[in-house]
Order: sequence, then structure tokens, then C-alpha cells
Amino acid sequence: MQATSRKLISMLVVAAAITAAVLGYLYFVQNKVAPLAGVPIGGPIHLTAADGKPFDSASLAGKPFAVFFGFTHCPEACPTTLSELSRVYDELGDQAKELTVLFITVDPERDTPAVMKDYVSNFGGNIIGLSGTPAEVAEVAKEYRVFYKKVPTSDGSYTMDHTAVVYLMDRKGQYQSIIAYGEDHERYLEKIKQLLAG
Amino acid sequence: MRLFKQTLIVLVTVLLGIGAAWAHEYKLGDLEVVHPWARATLKGSDVADGFMKIVNHGSTPDKLLSVSVEFAKSSQIHDMKMDGDVMKMVELKEGLEIPAGATVELKPKSMHVMFIGVTGDLIPDEMVEGELTFEKAGKLKIEFMVEPAGSDKSMEMD
Repeated sequence: MQATSRKLISMLVVAAAITAAVLGYLYFVQNKVAPLAGVPIGGPIHLTAADGKPFDSASLAGKPFAVFFGFTHCPEACPTTLSELSRVYDELGDQAKELTVLFITVDPERDTPAVMKDYVSNFGGNIIGLSGTPAEVAEVAKEYRVFYKKVPTSDGSYTMDHTAVVYLMDRKGQYQSIIAYGEDHERYLEKIKQLLAG
Repeated sequence: MRLFKQTLIVLVTVLLGIGAAWAHEYKLGDLEVVHPWARATLKGSDVADGFMKIVNHGSTPDKLLSVSVEFAKSSQIHDMKMDGDVMKMVELKEGLEIPAGATVELKPKSMHVMFIGVTGDLIPDEMVEGELTFEKAGKLKIEFMVEPAGSDKSMEMD
């Protein structure tokens, strides 16, 4: 009887250790999304602007910018994030005149440049909507470590799971920080002010 | 003390009156549906989402099976979850359980009704019709109050 309970206890200890290891690993993996020092995030962006003309991130040389990936059939994360960014433009006024926000679709099949143009017109500030071929979008998403995936819905359509982080890039086009989804407005202001000061 | 009581009664009545003016609610059997609201559509997008609070005063669970509206081709009950920095949508195809005695809130950054293929526009301050179907309680006609897109308000009153 005692032997059995000792065995049971050691099994529980092993099980607990395994659970802790798995949780620790998951925690590490999930937090790795936030970039580590020395691992470059970002890179050249070659996509199509809302007016149908090619967009090259080289045009932003010397100016800070923010990058956010989303899609126009997005009910929640995209409109709230873009509204926050647009409020930052309102509040910073002239201070923010150098800042460009790139809103890149992860659903280029539905989000043509024309759709993106209409969509970004809902928000004030200098927000550029970008689309492209699925391959072009995939390349930029990879540079920014952005995950996205189609999820079919019962009506035969689909929605997208996607990384909902705003990447803040400095004047050299290098990664400075992120704004995580749902951060409050004060944090938006603070981080963007820091970006503009750099 | 009596004066205090009377004042309190008047105050509560007035406050309830004010509350009722902007927070609409519906009853169906043991279920209470509080302040259904939807976010306005954006130009270039034909999706919107709807929210509400559902209270089950009864002693048996019920389930919200579906939501139907005339202003969209399809309405689905979704849950939204953050997995690290990734936003994930999960369609609750089997419906949404409303446990006995519980309050379930559909709110921003959480569970919501997703309207897909919205025909026409949802304009702030308008009321739009919908119908909820519960497994046991049956059907309930409601109206969603339209709030501006990007609005992140959830109900702060109880």
C-alpha cells in the first residue's frame, strides 16, 4: 500500500515537472513573438499602394513609420487599432507629420488596392493601405514575423487569424518597439512620441 | 431616517428611469437580454459585430443557437482569443451556452456576433432588428443599437 502511494507520488512529481516544462516552453515560444535583441525585424517592403502604384519602403528613408497587418473583413482588432493610431495623429498634430502608418492586408485576395483605399479613408492621419500578390504579402509578413491563416466559416466564407501587433520602426527603418493589441491609448501616445523623438 | 428612505426611493426611481432610456432590455422566460448593440460598418468593409449581455435567471441552462438579422447575409457567434500576439477567431457552431443563474456577456475583444455581408450601412444611433434563437426559450426579437465603428465601449452598468 505504502509502495503504491510512493509510486503514485513520484508519478505525480514527474507529471508536474513535465507540465512545468511544457508551460515554460509555451511561454517562451509565445513571448518570442516579441523580438529579441539582435534579431532583425522588418525589411524592404515592395507592395501595391491604394492608388494601384507600386510602393517601396525606400520612400520612407529617414522617417519613422509604423506597420500593422490586418484585413478589411476584420470586425475588431483592425478598426480599433487603426482608430487608436488615427487618434494619435489628432492629438500630436504637427509633431506626427513625419510619421507614416502602413496597413498591410493579410487577405490580398479580397483586399484589392481599391478596397484598401476605401477602407483606410475611414481613418484620419497618414495611413497607407497596402496590398499585393499573395507571394509579396507573404514575404513582407515573414520579414515582420507575422503569422496569418485563413479560417473557414460556416457560411462558406472565411476569416483570418493574424498577428495583431503594431511595429514601430525608427528613421533608419530599424525595429524600435511594438504596441501589443489592446494596449491603452496612453501607451500608444508614449511609444509613438518616443519613436518620433529618436 | 424616513426622509432618507424617501429620498433614496426617489433617487433610485430616477436613476432607473435614466438607465432604461439608454439601456434597452428584453425578457423571454427566465432569460434577460440587456442592451444589444452593434458597431457601425466602415467604408470598404461589409462586416460588423454585435454585442449584448444575456442573463439566465432560471435553474436550467439554455443555449443561444443562432442570431438572424435582415441587414446581413450571415450572422455567426464568434469567440475571439489572443494566442500570444495572434488574434484568433473561433466560430461557436454549436451555439453559446448560458448556464443556469449565469450572466454571459458578448463584448469587444471577446465573444461577439459577427455580421457578414452587411447590405447597406449600419449608421450610428440607429436601431436595427434581429432575432435570437435559444434552444429552450425559443425565439426573441430584439433591436441592436448602432454605435460608431471602432467603439470599444462595453456596458459599465449592471
